[in-house]
Amino acid sequence: MNDPMVHTAPKTAGVFAGRLFIYGLLILMVFYFLLPFIVMVLTSLKTMADIRTGNLISWPREFTLDAWKTAWGSACIAVECNGIKVYFWNSVKIVVPAVTISTLIGAANGYVFSKWKFWGSEVLFSLLLLGCFIPFQAILLPMAQTLGKLGLSQSLAGLILVHIIYGLAFTTLFFRNYYVTIPDELVKAARIDGAGFFRIFWKILLPVSTPIFVVCVIWQMTQIWNDFLFGVVFSAGGNQPITVALNNLVNTSTGTKAYNVDMAAAIIAATPTLLVYIVAGKYFVRGLTAGSVKG
Amino acid sequence: MVSLSIRNIRKAFGTTEVLKGISIDVAPGEFLVLVGPSGCGKSTLLNLIAGLEKITSGEIFIGDHLVNQVSPKDRDIAMVFQSYALYPNMKVRKNISFGLETRKIPKSEIEKTVQKVANMLQIEDLLDRKPAQLSGGQRQRVAMGRALARSPSVFLFDEPLSNLDAKLRVEMRTEIKLLHQRIATTIVYVTHDQIEAMTLADRIAIMKDGIVQQLDTPRNVYENPVNLFVAGFIGSHSMNVVPVRVVKSGQSNCLLIKTGEKTFTIPVDKNPSLLNKWIDRELILGFRPEQISDGFPNQAENNQIHTLESKVEVIEPTGPDTLVFIRINDKKVACRVHPNAARHPGETMKLMLDLSSAIFFDSDTEEQIS
Ligand SMILES: Nc1ncnc2c1ncn2[C@@H]1O[C@H](COP(=O)(O)OP(=O)(O)O)[C@@H](O)[C@H]1O
Ligand SMILES: [Mg+2]
Repeated sequence: MNDPMVHTAPKTAGVFAGRLFIYGLLILMVFYFLLPFIVMVLTSLKTMADIRTGNLISWPREFTLDAWKTAWGSACIAVECNGIKVYFWNSVKIVVPAVTISTLIGAANGYVFSKWKFWGSEVLFSLLLLGCFIPFQAILLPMAQTLGKLGLSQSLAGLILVHIIYGLAFTTLFFRNYYVTIPDELVKAARIDGAGFFRIFWKILLPVSTPIFVVCVIWQMTQIWNDFLFGVVFSAGGNQPITVALNNLVNTSTGTKAYNVDMAAAIIAATPTLLVYIVAGKYFVRGLTAGSVKG
Repeated sequence: MVSLSIRNIRKAFGTTEVLKGISIDVAPGEFLVLVGPSGCGKSTLLNLIAGLEKITSGEIFIGDHLVNQVSPKDRDIAMVFQSYALYPNMKVRKNISFGLETRKIPKSEIEKTVQKVANMLQIEDLLDRKPAQLSGGQRQRVAMGRALARSPSVFLFDEPLSNLDAKLRVEMRTEIKLLHQRIATTIVYVTHDQIEAMTLADRIAIMKDGIVQQLDTPRNVYENPVNLFVAGFIGSHSMNVVPVRVVKSGQSNCLLIKTGEKTFTIPVDKNPSLLNKWIDRELILGFRPEQISDGFPNQAENNQIHTLESKVEVIEPTGPDTLVFIRINDKKVACRVHPNAARHPGETMKLMLDLSSAIFFDSDTEEQIS
């Protein structure tokens, strides 16, 4: 018999056992990494009575969304008992303008630093890059003073401004490094064709910038949504972002700890960044590795 | 048709001077080729003509207008780039019309121009494709189309064929030449390929280290190179350059030519006074491979053909003729001989050296002696 399969995949017991071992190990690893999240989800679906009697990884006796409702709408944070929904929307109100503005300015900066170099622009760019390495703690005091002088202390607008400024170093770097891979000849051709500074940016460079926009938006959105330190320092009371509220929720002591509510709130706080990764993660990887625009 | 005049142009990037005083006058409708090794400043010069870089000193005139302060879009030039620089997000049609649209030309007229150009370059079928969907040769055509659409007074080409494969390059070369004969616009064309320069140019400017070494017709730069650099750069096989000693023998100046053990004393009859100063000194003799062969058609009338004998070192058949390499005065010399006449390596061969178009270079300055 001439069986081609014999040559491509010899099905011996040894090979089969090997496969089994590899897949078994992989599944085990996946489970290991997912375990904390699974525990969180399960706990958030339990009743408090269930939590008190069962153990950490036991299956819920009955599934209930009560903890989720409480976390969203009526859990007590500091003195208010309106849940984390206000703070969730605070975070949205911070993230949307901060990400949009820092990304757009980063794109414009990157365009200038790559295609319209001027005397001293390299030095300026290096200085700007330094911003990527300044630790958050180092700028807290001067930033607080600056916000005070601007009259933006403890306001959403102030927090947005801080995130924009802090993000610029990164967004500029992203766009500049992307645009240097686009041939200068493209800009030269457009200049001869009569296009000016803005027209070239708008008509030639921006249309080919989608990959780096995705990278930049994901990066900024994750950074700003997950930020805790700036939030806790530069905002107060009802203006705080969800990360700070989550911390306050967990630390608010009213009798027994409601683990199910804490877990539900934590998952809610993490959902937007998780979603962004799931939806756009593959563009993120692709954008980071995208080379020059061929054509 | 418009002339282009480049007057004593200098360009420095920081402290490094890239162009060191370049002056070229291009006649209306002329096809000028700038050729030189990579890094000699050809693209920089082209960018200065286009206005994409600032001139450090000097003047550029397009027609009668001094354009030093004129922006690229108002210089009435068009440029074709090595990488083609097609706008990746725009269809071919839009690539061609982009420059017309920024100039606010009426829609109907733009449409007509695009059609005309597409027709001229046979790219009508490609108008609705994006650059990424085109082959290298097609992109090249589109890039030319974009330049043609504006019917500028001067075309600038920066190594437009160097990204094509060999066969396509030869085809496009012919097409560019035909195109020039048809539209007769002034062209400045940059290349590092001397064959491209020879085949396309009305005149060639050979550049090295930011200086024009020679500016002349293809025939003259080939037959009468002003220095050793040009002699070595132009020609598919470079000129043979051999150090020789000049001696006086009776009435005539002679060259001592040693091939292996034998030394030949060969009289130079051309322009007898030329070598008077060089008696008993060394200079460099230059001659093309086709000037040393197994025989010449008009051998009998030419009294400047002399016979040599030498051992063959290597042979390179090229098809129509064979290059035989020998050694003269310890320098490798290429001889272009009929394939049937070529001897095998190691054998001795009789060769004729025609000195009627030979030239001499000063071995110190490397300039031609005249
Ligand atoms: N923008 C620039 N800044 C600094 N040096 C440059 C710049 N453009 C070109 N050069 C230098 O000028 C020299 C000539 O470059 P170029 O005109 O591109 O040469 P070619 O086109 O003949 O190969 C090179 O040594 C190059 O490094
Ligand atoms: Mg170049």
